Amino acid sequence: MLEITNLSHTYGNGPTAHNALGGIDLKVAQGELVCIVGPSGCGKSTLLRSIAGLLRPSGGQVTLNGAQVEQTPDNLAVVFQDYSRSLFPWMSVVDNVSLPLRRKGMDKRQRGQAAMEALEEVGLDGAAAKYPWQLSGGMQQRVSIARALAYRPALLLMDEPFGSVDAQTREDLEDLTLRVRNLHNMTIVLITHDIDESVYVGDRVVVLSKAPAGIVGDLRVDLPGPRDQITTREHPDFVHLRAEVGRLVRGMRSPSPSAS
Amino acid sequence: MNGLLRGAVRLWPVPVVLLLWELLTRGIEMLSFPPPSQIATSMYTMWLTGPAERLWLTDAALTNIPVSVGRLLSGWVLAGVVGIVLGVALGRSPLLFRFIDPLVQFARAIPPPMLLAFFMALFSIGPRMQISFIAFGIVWPVLINASEGARQVDRQHLDTARVFGLSGGERLFRIILPSAMPKIFAGLRVSLSLALILMVLSELVGSTDGIGFQLLDAQRSYDFSGVWGTIVVLGVLGYVFNSAFLAAERRVLSWHRSAKQTT
Ligand SMILES: Nc1ncnc2c1ncn2[C@@H]1O[C@H](COP(=O)(O)OP(=O)(O)O)[C@@H](O)[C@H]1O
Ligand SMILES: [Mg+2]
Repeated sequence: MLEITNLSHTYGNGPTAHNALGGIDLKVAQGELVCIVGPSGCGKSTLLRSIAGLLRPSGGQVTLNGAQVEQTPDNLAVVFQDYSRSLFPWMSVVDNVSLPLRRKGMDKRQRGQAAMEALEEVGLDGAAAKYPWQLSGGMQQRVSIARALAYRPALLLMDEPFGSVDAQTREDLEDLTLRVRNLHNMTIVLITHDIDESVYVGDRVVVLSKAPAGIVGDLRVDLPGPRDQITTREHPDFVHLRAEVGRLVRGMRSPSPSAS
Repeated sequence: MNGLLRGAVRLWPVPVVLLLWELLTRGIEMLSFPPPSQIATSMYTMWLTGPAERLWLTDAALTNIPVSVGRLLSGWVLAGVVGIVLGVALGRSPLLFRFIDPLVQFARAIPPPMLLAFFMALFSIGPRMQISFIAFGIVWPVLINASEGARQVDRQHLDTARVFGLSGGERLFRIILPSAMPKIFAGLRVSLSLALILMVLSELVGSTDGIGFQLLDAQRSYDFSGVWGTIVVLGVLGYVFNSAFLAAERRVLSWHRSAKQTT
């Protein structure tokens, strides 16, 4: 459903030019949850912004369901890392979630209902009338996820969505992501710099190299489901994959031929 | 009750200053510095000796004060609307900013008394001249703040709006204006206090009624306690407007204050 061909991007020009993406090819199938992992500053957000149509890449192209992405496609939602700057502090939680639904042709009552359902799914229906700044970081990120869910996107992009919450909240949000994805059979591209997270959440882990970012690994994650924070993480396959992804992120060769 | 008491305690300098002032002015006996008691008497006769069915308000009170307040508020509202519209446009359009900003910098540097001559020539004496003069003189703080507020909208808020396909109108009314609102309110508040000054100024030269006219009238007839009484009324008006404005701001921008406190 998502097809990226030879995508490259350079910021600025002249001596200060920075080559962030160096020719990326990637296909994501309908219903897949792909984690893109790479070191900080390698160009992950640049890649995501190109997919979302927030940035016009210098080269290559992105097609979503056969249509080339020029502007922001209308069946795509994003959850940003910095929830405090993504939710609108002058609107209540339920207004934040229902605001994007106008263009879906819903009337006021339908929008409210859809927003409440989405908030229920993330366990925040009790906070609908509150304002984002009255909630904890993890709860604010749940609101961001609810906003994306209510929007019913064909593709959900998440840019280090759990990067700024504490470890416990992070695990809860990872499980929440897996749950809603199973419920809606959504296609998700999740960007992270956390190797464990990429293996735990993904059906597939794509590893990016340091700048200019290129794909150095593309691994299928076949872990017995349903995934669980304790048992999955101690599963031999998980441990093995984690080590493999870790080596790729650090730019090391595999020690054994079995790991590929 | 407690708050009331604390408010009363905070006001202790007022009677002290009044008392000192009374003693001092009685001591020096200068005509142009009447004691506060005399000012109060004169204010009373000026504004509050009318018939009972009109709540004792005199003709002067019923015409001059509402007329002045009307001009002040009309000028302020006009400046607010023009300043917000133009400021947001300038803030969101770099091209417009490039062409219009030098003009703005030029126009705001003109001292208001010089503008007065210009507006009198343009509209001759009357409310049109006064209101447009007030509006022109006070529009700048709103315009500049609105422009800055609109320019500084958080990029991620705009990205979010784009991703979720908000229309131009939704972006303007749901994202850009609310983001710029704290700055706009700061500008509106400065403009409101400026409006009072320009209102008096416009009535001193181009008017046959209003508080400024009454001030001039008292001055011409060497009624110094009348002059002081009018000044006191202006001070009270300024205080009332500012308090009302702050109360409105607290309501409208409650999200802003609280959001700042928690993050
Ligand atoms: N607007 C920009 N202008 C210039 N350089 C940028 C810009 N945005 C990002 N970069 C640079 O591009 C590189 C990749 O950035 P980014 O995609 O945000 O990395 P990541 O999300 O993987 O941490 C970084 O070195 C960053 O400094
Ligand atoms: Mg990033």
